[in-house]
Amino acid sequence: MEENKEHLDALRDIKQMMERSSRFISLSGLSGIAAGACALVAALYTWQIFQSYQAAGFNFRHMAFEPNGELRLKLLVIGGITFTLAMSLAFIFTYLRSRKTGIPIWGTMARRLLWNTVIPLFVGGVVVVRLLDVGLHGLIAPSCLLFYGLALLNGSKYTLPEVRWLAYGQIILGLINLWMIGYGLIFWALGFGILHILYGSIMWWKYEKQ
Amino acid sequence: MKNPIENLNKVFDSRIRLGIMSALLVNADVSFNDLKELIEVTDGNLASHLKTLEEAVYVKVTKGFVGRKTNTTYTVTRAGEKAFKQHLLALEQMIRKIK
Repeated sequence: MEENKEHLDALRDIKQMMERSSRFISLSGLSGIAAGACALVAALYTWQIFQSYQAAGFNFRHMAFEPNGELRLKLLVIGGITFTLAMSLAFIFTYLRSRKTGIPIWGTMARRLLWNTVIPLFVGGVVVVRLLDVGLHGLIAPSCLLFYGLALLNGSKYTLPEVRWLAYGQIILGLINLWMIGYGLIFWALGFGILHILYGSIMWWKYEKQ
Repeated sequence: MKNPIENLNKVFDSRIRLGIMSALLVNADVSFNDLKELIEVTDGNLASHLKTLEEAVYVKVTKGFVGRKTNTTYTVTRAGEKAFKQHLLALEQMIRKIK
């Protein structure tokens, strides 16, 4: 019996080492929840702006085809702030988790994960800037979701494998949004908000709950 | 029937060597410093275990440079992979038998 435990321990060690050495596993579920909450608050705020424009006789869904300079700037600022805030919060929670697990946050695994998500995200960013340039506003929301989903899918090989499911969700929403142009805000709230919170909660429940 | 304990590889008796092999099997190559962080051992300790694995021709050493600093990386050899898989199989058999 004693011997059996020894062998089981050895197998557990092997499994753990294989995981620790090939994946960045400090990613915290709380990061997902925080980023999702940011996105939801921003979406609600944007919704209110749309409402006020609508009250003034402006149909926000026309934004997808006919840009309005002032509103566009406002939306870009909101987007920028949301992105920065969500990333910072996500980083903080993951940093705290890595301190708890004792795995250094900046190692080979983190570098690999970052590199593999940053490239698709960067390409997506360039595409979105071009869409903005040429006035194809309606394609911006689906493009963001699609490139983000693909970036996650690529990154999921180097972190917790469940990230894959989050990626599939974003890609599906992005694809549907391609045929529902003008409803980008709703899809963003669903993808960046609800999906992140859902994913984060499940991950927290599975790995971090004490 | 042969006792499966004979299939257990003596080289993998040590937890550190087991750890090294596990890390090398799922990565194309791993640097000395990464191994040190992963397994949480001292330089000397890790070096001596790596030496043992090298002598058994289970791992291959590549000495390179990153800028001016030396960067030693390790990869698993075909023989090492085979030996490790056999060891895993033996562990599995042992557990089954005792159960």
